[in-house]
Amino acid sequence: MTSINTPIRVDTLRFATAGSVDDGKSTLVGRLLHDSKSVLTDQLEAVERASASRGQDAPDLALLTDGLRAEREQGITIDVAYRYFATARRRFILADTPGHVQYTRNMVTGASTADLAVVLVDARNGVIEQTRRHAAVAALLRVPHVVLAVNKMDLVDYDEATFERIVEDFAGHAAESGLPGFTPVPVSALRGDNVVERSAHMDWYTGPALLEHLETVPVASDESAAPARFPVQYVIRHGEVRHYAGQLVSGTLRVGDRVTVHPSGETSAIAGIDVLGREADIARAPQSLTLRLADQRDVSRGDMITAGPHAPALTQDVRAAVCHLADRALRVGDRVLVKHTTRTVKAVVEDLGGAVELTANDLGRIVLRTAGPLALDDYAEVRRTGAFILVDPADGATLTAGMADLSA
Amino acid sequence: MTQTLSGAAPGVPVLSERGFALSHLDALESEAVHIFREVAGEFERPVILFSGGKDSIVMLHLALKAFAPAAVPFSLLHVDTGHNFPEVLEYRDRTVAQHGLRLHIASVQDYIDRGVLRERPDGTRNPLQTVPLTEKIQSERFDAVFGGGRRDEEKARAKERVFSLRDEFSQWDPRRQRPELWQLYNGRHAPGEHVRVFPLSNWTELDVWQYIAREHIELPEIYFAHDREVFQRSGMWLTAGEWGGPKDGESVEKRLVRYRTVGDMSCTGAVDSDATTLDAVIAEIAASRLTERGATRADDKMSEAAMEDRKREGYF
Repeated sequence: MTSINTPIRVDTLRFATAGSVDDGKSTLVGRLLHDSKSVLTDQLEAVERASASRGQDAPDLALLTDGLRAEREQGITIDVAYRYFATARRRFILADTPGHVQYTRNMVTGASTADLAVVLVDARNGVIEQTRRHAAVAALLRVPHVVLAVNKMDLVDYDEATFERIVEDFAGHAAESGLPGFTPVPVSALRGDNVVERSAHMDWYTGPALLEHLETVPVASDESAAPARFPVQYVIRHGEVRHYAGQLVSGTLRVGDRVTVHPSGETSAIAGIDVLGREADIARAPQSLTLRLADQRDVSRGDMITAGPHAPALTQDVRAAVCHLADRALRVGDRVLVKHTTRTVKAVVEDLGGAVELTANDLGRIVLRTAGPLALDDYAEVRRTGAFILVDPADGATLTAGMADLSA
Repeated sequence: MTQTLSGAAPGVPVLSERGFALSHLDALESEAVHIFREVAGEFERPVILFSGGKDSIVMLHLALKAFAPAAVPFSLLHVDTGHNFPEVLEYRDRTVAQHGLRLHIASVQDYIDRGVLRERPDGTRNPLQTVPLTEKIQSERFDAVFGGGRRDEEKARAKERVFSLRDEFSQWDPRRQRPELWQLYNGRHAPGEHVRVFPLSNWTELDVWQYIAREHIELPEIYFAHDREVFQRSGMWLTAGEWGGPKDGESVEKRLVRYRTVGDMSCTGAVDSDATTLDAVIAEIAASRLTERGATRADDKMSEAAMEDRKREGYF
């Protein structure tokens, strides 16, 4: 609830929701927004008007999240939508990913920045093909936390055994996908059970309601213990001084630290750190800042400054897991652009894990040969410096999402 | 937990029981600065849409921080409907001079005077902004156009990318938008196309106000409660003036009001308020049961898809 008491200094949980058609995802999201009092009067009135004009007697909370005309006309959700709400404990950014068409692509997009993914299943149907796919995507994208929300519990008489069966089934697929763990919650989005308030209908369930879990799950904040990675975005020249501007995407940097510039391999030390108008001795991810180096070095956009014992791999042979996003296929031999941190290089597709081509929503593997070296980390180690996208040089379309796998 | 977090100065990551975390305002600020610098690194002729409204003021503030100690490497563009609040124009000109910026103006009045655009029967000029904006982008060859749009404002905006590709007519095609993953923004575009960039995508109205308070950013006075001659239309308080109000049956009265958003005078409504300070404004917004646009924008009430339709045609 955006109450008057909302403190200025709270942290943010970014989470994504994934479910297949009719799992009640829009209703769940609508319920979260509505019951956390994030829906304002005029929005609710608009939903009531629209519901009434369609002959529905209760407001259809799903309408809160259907943004585009085509979506309302077809009664489906086409694209990832972002929602914002806050409670006294935390602020939330929700990537609401549709389960209809292109669900893999949409979930990959939403999951790429998420700290947590809510995978929805219909208690009557249990784990289906799409659920397994969602588990695989969450594992592939290294989403730190996964919630299995078993919805429509009211339609299975709030039956514990049904819930347990689904949880057990999902656990098997999660382990197969390499998902480290998940939190199951039995809910009824329609009735509001275990969404914001704990349900009176399922006393066998002793865990938290969904919102309670979202409020208390630890957000990934050990980035500062990770290797220091600073992709240079822009060089600010001021008099004789060069300030290297960028976002510290991982780890910690201190004044005096020895650093290496990639790909040149030149070394220097940090002479100064400015964090948006404030001089600092130390910077932590994900702060935006400028660095000054002790020595004159040739540094420009696309370079990466790193510190510490774990150097990135400097390579022109990129091996990665991929999700293909575009409607046009990706084929062995295709010439593409690789956008990795602030660097964009030409590349050719050498191998697709034995496949001839990848089509939209395919998960697969890739080997790329790039025209210049990239300073890569394993995606599993550092998300921001292990991630890349492939771009079509002809029209600039985003083709494929890649997650570097140095051990492959 | 929030107690542990509440003591520190802005920008300083705080060690809580969960480890290091930036406050939500610091995280939003860092993200926006990252976006500004990506554009500076990859585009030839970026421009910031600057109306003198609070969102554009916050954008400029972030741009100033992103490139300090050097100057902002962008110019500003104001789409001038001719129905401006004098306080806002005064603020705009003062800000431009203070920071030594270059201001471009796309004037709706010019288009009306030349007969290219025709005044609408309701007197509203908001929908008329699209053509002057698009033609200015084309004639100045702007390739990146920063807008202050936020995803929390409206349902169609909730699906907007941070980098939003527009064709030569500035049109937005929701089906042609690129998937946007991680913080890898794809700004490639063909000649004649441009990219709208929304650095405040993830901010809410409350975030904007909290940030204004934290950074001590000056705003035009109309954002604070003041006595004003207004009349009621479509449930909103509109400023009486030459642009077409009040009409028959509408009567002017003096009320204590403030503006929650600043746009064209003809369709931006004031709200009853006694909030004369930033803290009072923040308290009022936090307690409000109406969205910013629902409370103040006549043009968004026209239809369920009003914003979507205007976006498709090239509106910001």
